[in-house]
Amino acid sequence: MKHRTFIWFILPSMAAMILFIALPIISVFIQSLFVEHEQVLKITENCGPFGCKQETSVDTEATEQLRREAPLGQFNWLATYTNRSHLAFAELAEAWRSSESLNDFATRVMNLPFYKALAFTLSYTFIVTPFVILLGLAIALGVNALPRMVKGPTIFVSLLPMIVTPLVGSLILFWMIDAEGIIGATLQILFDDPDLSLKASPTLTWITLFVYGIWHSAPFSFIVFYAGLQTVPTDTLEAAMIDGATRWQRLRYVVVPYMTPLVTFITLMQLMDNFRVFEPIVGFSAQANATSLSWIIYNDLRGYDQQLFGSAAATSMMTILGVAILLAPVLIRTWSEFNRKVV
Amino acid sequence: MFLKKLVLAGAMSALMSSTAYAGCGISSGSIRVLANDFPALHAVVAGAEACAGDGVEFTKNHTEDHRNIQVAALTANPAEYTSAVVANGSIVPLMNEGLLRPLDDLVAKHGGSLQKHQLVTIDGKVMAIAFMANAQHLFVRTDILEQVGIETPTTYEEVVAAAEAIRAAGIMEYPFAMNTKAGWNLAEEFVNMYMGTGASMFADGSAEATINNEHGVATLNMIKALVEYSNPDFLTFDSNATQALWESGELAMATLWGSRGGAILDDEGSSEAVTGTTALVGAPTWGGGDTPASTLWWDGWTIAKNISDEDAEATFIAMMNGISTDMVKANNDLAVWLIDGYQPGPAAAGIAATASSGTDSYPMLPYMGLMHTALGAELSEFLQGSESAEQALADVEAAYTTAAKEQGFLQ
Repeated sequence: MKHRTFIWFILPSMAAMILFIALPIISVFIQSLFVEHEQVLKITENCGPFGCKQETSVDTEATEQLRREAPLGQFNWLATYTNRSHLAFAELAEAWRSSESLNDFATRVMNLPFYKALAFTLSYTFIVTPFVILLGLAIALGVNALPRMVKGPTIFVSLLPMIVTPLVGSLILFWMIDAEGIIGATLQILFDDPDLSLKASPTLTWITLFVYGIWHSAPFSFIVFYAGLQTVPTDTLEAAMIDGATRWQRLRYVVVPYMTPLVTFITLMQLMDNFRVFEPIVGFSAQANATSLSWIIYNDLRGYDQQLFGSAAATSMMTILGVAILLAPVLIRTWSEFNRKVV
Repeated sequence: MFLKKLVLAGAMSALMSSTAYAGCGISSGSIRVLANDFPALHAVVAGAEACAGDGVEFTKNHTEDHRNIQVAALTANPAEYTSAVVANGSIVPLMNEGLLRPLDDLVAKHGGSLQKHQLVTIDGKVMAIAFMANAQHLFVRTDILEQVGIETPTTYEEVVAAAEAIRAAGIMEYPFAMNTKAGWNLAEEFVNMYMGTGASMFADGSAEATINNEHGVATLNMIKALVEYSNPDFLTFDSNATQALWESGELAMATLWGSRGGAILDDEGSSEAVTGTTALVGAPTWGGGDTPASTLWWDGWTIAKNISDEDAEATFIAMMNGISTDMVKANNDLAVWLIDGYQPGPAAAGIAATASSGTDSYPMLPYMGLMHTALGAELSEFLQGSESAEQALADVEAAYTTAAKEQGFLQ
């Protein structure tokens, strides 16, 4: 294709990508470099139904003046990225200096909001993703072996967890695992422990969220693998059978290699999805025990009275960076495979 | 065909009759109200809506997200809403941005029926008209306290002792609850308890936090002593959860919002055995102090700055119609009204007792929201036992200071 034709060909999608992806990211980045103006405070006497008292309030006129002079706020360079709510360089250095053991240091790092959230986010990503792939493949193989009559209904039922809205699904499970709920009460009887609560301990909350994540995403990988299974060449499989390959050997040496591109695809999608885990934390009211990067952004933007836009922007940029780092190995591998094929 | 006509006729007559109520003395203007979503506010806004018709345009938006949209909605010029219904916590961001209209002129012209205590003045100017009050206070089951032979507690130390007696008697394993869900609710419990010490949360005249002291540590230890008697799931308890627990008869004592009193005492969702023995009493004191460990909240309406004077006047008159004595008489038990003509019922007893015993109101400080957020995020580890009280308070101060710097309150 001529260069000129090529440029005209991709121009519309390039324009759309710049407008809807690149520009918003640039604007978020700029936002993350600024903080609000200094607020000019004054003491006023405030009265209400319960009497009068002296209180501090914002001198709106003086603050407005500052705002007019520089509408974006105070330039803060990268200080928002390094403050306690984010990478917390000063706190890390202090913890390193004053902690007696590595364990003590780790405890102090896990006390910082960003690292606490990162720990859960990464654990969630790296535990849920492999389980989703394995479970999805197992379900797909199982369903594929079913007689034609029951296949349709089974596929429909298997897809249900994905059809349920994540927030609604997690809220329903939240009430089911309650000490009074059907799952919670059953577990208490099974383990003979009347105090067993999936919501109280951090470990059990994490496990609950992992199980929820696997339950919710497995149908996605199942349906992709199931579609892939329909295209596995039957001649190769029959040849393997004639050579005396067992069912396991056929799976290991024919089916799985054939599905590798699908595994790459699901891994990419799941890494991205799981890294921005959010809804189950809200649905399970789990913020006391588990927070994620996306939850931090939400918390900044839904502050009770004031929104921390700069802080939320900085966390967003680091989430994008995190996704890029996570995906890099998979993308590099795909790229080198692609090059090999071309040569 | 006949059925359709009948339905149409019915709808028409309903429309006609609602316009027949119109006539609050406004003939033009646009009234647009933003409010939280609970029955007492529905009653107020419906009262204002009666002024609609005859060239008066009326729209309303009841949403639990009102706090998140109010600043953006009132910053627009003309503002999206002519009136925002706020509480003493949520008026602060609107004041910070200077988005509210001083109401002195309108009060002088149309506010003859208002009582002095309804006027919320900031720096000498009337900025909001308050119409109802709320506070957290103690709910007790008198039958269970009688079984263990204990009087109704007036201090939190007595609450802990009573809870221990109930547990020891084998009546309930977890007799106590309060709204301790991590986030806003838990922070509110801390603020309430801290208020009982009489200490200040900030250095005088500045935004610098001063909670990491012996009062803060004592406050946290008191909360921890109480949640020992709460179900282990306590970090997920919000008002809906605690109300459900109370109505199912699983609690003997609880610190709940007074505004839930009406719903708890009514004949829905519970049994006579529970509602008949539920008493609403004032918020307890603790640590030898005499200030109850609670904060008083008011709800009131404001008028936006970025609207025409004509719309502002129309909105004022309509909202005055919403908080009329007739409205209060028709909805007496929905809230503790601050309006003339209100007859306090049993559901109001707790708030009335709390308000009359010197409880402070929730601080109307520009940086209080940031403190509330920091408290909500950093206290749960202490209550789970994985962190010391001093560390938890140091974390709160650090998180608050970071946010206050970003917001421009600290340099």
